[in-house]
Amino acid sequence: MTALLEVDHVSKQFNVGGPFGQKRLPAVDDVSFSIGVNCPEIFTVIGESGSGKTTLARMILGLEHPSAGEVRFRGAPVSSRLSRAARLAFMASVQPVFQNPFEAFNPLKQVDRYLASTARRFLKLSAATDVDRAMDEALQKVGLSLAEVKGRYPHEMSGGQLQRAAIARALIPNPALLITDEPVSMVDASLRMSIVNLLQSLRDDFGVSVIYITHDLATAYYVSDRLIIMQRGRVVEMGPARTVLAAPEHPYSQLLKASVLSAEDAGAGRLDPITDRPPIPPGVPAGVLVERPDGRMVRMA
Amino acid sequence: MADILTVDRLKAYYLMNYYGVSREVRAVDDVTMSVRQNEIYGIAGESSSGKTSFIKVLAAAVRPPLKVVDGGVVYRFGDRTIDVSRARPAEIEAIRWKNLSYIMQGSMSVLNPVRRIEHIFEDFAARPLGLRGTALRAQVTEHLGRLQLGPEVLRAYPHELSGGMRQRVTIGLATICNPQMIIADEPTTALDVVVQKDVLSLIRKLQAEMGSSVIFVTHDMAVHANMADRVGIVYAGRLIEEAPTRTLFVAPKHPYTAHLVASLPRIGDTTRRPALDGRPPNLANPPSGCRFHPRCPLAIDKCRTNVPPLVEVAPQQRSACWRWQDVVPLPGSISGSRVEAHA
Amino acid sequence: MFAVLRGLVRYNAEFTIGAILVGLVIVFSLLSYVSPVDPSAVYRVPPDQAPSLQYWFGTNSRGQDMWWQLSFAFRNSLSFGLTVAVVSRIISIVIGLAAGYLGGWADRVLMFFNDIFVAIPIFPILILFYFVMKSNLNSFSLALLMACFGWPYDARLIRSVALGLRYREFTRQAVFAGMSPVRIMWQEHLPYIMPIVFATTMSNMIWSIGLEVTLAVLGFTNLNIPTIGTTLYWANNHSALVVGTWWWIAIPVAIVVLLFLGLFLLAVSLNEYIDPRSRLRRMGA
Repeated sequence: MTALLEVDHVSKQFNVGGPFGQKRLPAVDDVSFSIGVNCPEIFTVIGESGSGKTTLARMILGLEHPSAGEVRFRGAPVSSRLSRAARLAFMASVQPVFQNPFEAFNPLKQVDRYLASTARRFLKLSAATDVDRAMDEALQKVGLSLAEVKGRYPHEMSGGQLQRAAIARALIPNPALLITDEPVSMVDASLRMSIVNLLQSLRDDFGVSVIYITHDLATAYYVSDRLIIMQRGRVVEMGPARTVLAAPEHPYSQLLKASVLSAEDAGAGRLDPITDRPPIPPGVPAGVLVERPDGRMVRMA
Repeated sequence: MADILTVDRLKAYYLMNYYGVSREVRAVDDVTMSVRQNEIYGIAGESSSGKTSFIKVLAAAVRPPLKVVDGGVVYRFGDRTIDVSRARPAEIEAIRWKNLSYIMQGSMSVLNPVRRIEHIFEDFAARPLGLRGTALRAQVTEHLGRLQLGPEVLRAYPHELSGGMRQRVTIGLATICNPQMIIADEPTTALDVVVQKDVLSLIRKLQAEMGSSVIFVTHDMAVHANMADRVGIVYAGRLIEEAPTRTLFVAPKHPYTAHLVASLPRIGDTTRRPALDGRPPNLANPPSGCRFHPRCPLAIDKCRTNVPPLVEVAPQQRSACWRWQDVVPLPGSISGSRVEAHA
Repeated sequence: MFAVLRGLVRYNAEFTIGAILVGLVIVFSLLSYVSPVDPSAVYRVPPDQAPSLQYWFGTNSRGQDMWWQLSFAFRNSLSFGLTVAVVSRIISIVIGLAAGYLGGWADRVLMFFNDIFVAIPIFPILILFYFVMKSNLNSFSLALLMACFGWPYDARLIRSVALGLRYREFTRQAVFAGMSPVRIMWQEHLPYIMPIVFATTMSNMIWSIGLEVTLAVLGFTNLNIPTIGTTLYWANNHSALVVGTWWWIAIPVAIVVLLFLGLFLLAVSLNEYIDPRSRLRRMGA
């Protein structure tokens, strides 16, 4: 049984610098994981800026070509160099949701344009009534309706509504996999949990697997099934979400967890800087991934 | 000790007129609050709640189309009292940087990319401090040391420093003259989680050492939980609740606050978090009566027609809700079982 | 449409003045369609008459009524300038958008040709074409020729805006919504380009009319077709300023100045109106 998505020892290096003195910047180094077909899950990629998580997402979407390794979707390699027909077939199954809902829509154009275009292109619908019906179905799945969205411009809607509309657009072609890049970091706090809850319902009610990229460990704990933690392009720890986050093993994972601000001690002002733990060696984490009995993999030097 | 800042029935609107279309956006609508000396006051609110406009008025950074329509903003620095909503530019220049400083949103990107850090400090701090040359450099080095930045930072350009270091430089710029009031607008939002905690603990340390007051604006309630002494919640241009931090999280008295503190996800807790329906109100056309009523689970007819006043409902706690007595913490909030006196 | 114009007229003085000036010149040049005289006829009226109630713009040394002469001249020059502007806008938009959006080798090839056209000296080539085609060089073919030279600078400007748009998130979302590159360029990116197009149209018209005048004054166009340039050529040929028929030169120049002023004001006010930022503000963002 082929897996839905296989990321197979993928690396990506960028060349930086001018004509004199080129340097190779490793953005992603030897990342491997796979997502099974017929078992929808929420797979989280945790990392800070510079960890390579966005580059990894772009490679999975086929927007970048890996320098080494391969990304395979349903057995076929994903690449930016495919023919237009192959790209469209791929896009019908894998759709992205971007970070900034206000930037994801053209401010000068109405929001339902993108939904209509998706319906026309991927569902091969042409009659206006069919297109409207497809849009309304998708919008209902995310808790909106076509009446609320039709004819509206992005600035007339809130960040939460726009992000939901973006998710609805991604759902129109009935994809198997949704790649969400920090979908709630730019959404207001009061609307954030409704979108996170929506991701859960996508998995449970509609059987869509979600790759959830974030730097927020708290929502990751709340919603993920499995996760990987990346530092400087390398995976330092991966495994079942609750197991890893409840008791992280790698020093970097422990540092991340200790840095999360919690409301438990509200008012106590306990903000001790993280000085009483072993210092993280600078640079790219060294060592190899070792499997542990509880199902996680940790990079041990 | 007298309050260092008193805001009295402040109203600040955006008045705009384009091609015959005239719009009045009520960004700050009748806000009354005060900040004590040596206190960190947190202001929480979402985007388009009016909190950024409120901060601009407090920082005396009001520019058209924003205009103070009514009310006063009075600072008391020692024996000098000044109402920044009415003062002349010269008076405001005199207090800026020395008594009142403002860390803007995204300010770490505001450092001049073609000037070295030491020159940036010269540009900003030489005049208020009244120092030049080596004396200024010595003071800057000492101040940066308190922010855990070594003297080599002075010769660097902004792009050679990491995001966290740039933010610490910005905080250093704002605090070098030892101002009594510091206004910080989302200073750690763009930073990584690890760096954020360091920067926040630095701000707290500086505040304790200098004895100044800080107004800390962020939408992140977890930051308020760890930083603020008192928190004020702003919704649609109005202050709807104000309380000491622990009280706010354990016993909120406004439905919006109850929802905000309950929706914070925590590691170790997977109870389903409540979701609020509706959308944040449009400040150009806000709902009548209590502005939260379209989304409020406790709304009654009175809420639609009458604006609830901000009244004291408990010692040091104020709430603007007709049904404040019926507000209970929602599932997912922290429990109040740990009673702790904070220093 | 009318609401837009009404709004512009009421609130934007620049637009009103510009529209009046340009409108007057256009009306003047449209009068040529009802002209009772043949523009190529000479010595029909007493020559060298100063402007009077009978001959509003006077008459020239060739015995032609200046009023009708200039009406034809402006009609020809305006349509010439408009043709050059439209054709060169089309070329620059297509090349600029394609180079900016597609990037890679398409960008390199297009910009290679762009830079060649920037470097080519226009004047000698136009003169060369004149010598080769002589009297076959009518206004329309000259307009097409100039349009082929009037696009490179503006294509680069458009390309720089398109480059920026390519990396914006709504472009990526449009790709995943299945929109083809042509559709993305036409529907998503064009509104952001229009301010540049408007601004450069005006300068393009000034450039093309100015170049036409230069060629005509030097005698390198078909002198039988009345245009602003040929009028000045004949005025020069008959030593108008020496003889004293100042109105032969002064009046066309004055009208040209008013026309360009009007075009400038129109371009500036319309530009401000269609600029995405001001559009967003008006929509209420």
